[in-house]
Amino acid sequence: MLVTIAEVLIAALLLVGSGFALVGSYGLAKLGDFYLRLHGPAKATTMGVGSALVASSLYFTVFDEGISVHEVLVAAFLFMSAPVSVHMLVKAVLKNEHDRKRMPPSRPDA
Amino acid sequence: MIEITANIALTLLALAMVLCLIRLLRGPDIADRILALDTLYINALATLIVLGIRLQNSVFFETALIIGMLGFVGTVVLSKYLIRGDIID
Repeated sequence: MLVTIAEVLIAALLLVGSGFALVGSYGLAKLGDFYLRLHGPAKATTMGVGSALVASSLYFTVFDEGISVHEVLVAAFLFMSAPVSVHMLVKAVLKNEHDRKRMPPSRPDA
Repeated sequence: MIEITANIALTLLALAMVLCLIRLLRGPDIADRILALDTLYINALATLIVLGIRLQNSVFFETALIIGMLGFVGTVVLSKYLIRGDIID
């Protein structure tokens, strides 16, 4: 009985996680602007990998002997590192745009 | 039931990786390509975790952890290169 409930839960978590990863990547491929495109992969990171990690923690806890917690390592590192990398990327793009802007041409007759 | 669901999940993740590849190939800017690489390694990490469930093997976590760390370092280094034109200064 308990094993069946765990199986249903693991299956649902797997489907939800991969669905979120697919939707995030679809957003990355489909949206029109760079700043809009940043929005999609955040879902793939948080919900996609998070659901897959919870599913695998449940799976190895129920079907292997012993509590399996070393998925928490991957989740903690990923949730810490994803905002930092996006921040660095946005900083790079903002600097490029700032460098690309030219000063308005001076008017010699003014 | 878990095996069938894991197969479906692997198929969806493969589709997601194809979409990332499309953005990687036609991204108009370098930053778009870096973002596509970032999403690609995250999808690869999720694929490895689901594969670990599918094959009932817990060795895949170490691989997933290493891919996560190296992918983060790669994204930060590429952004740093975009900002400075140099990696270490």
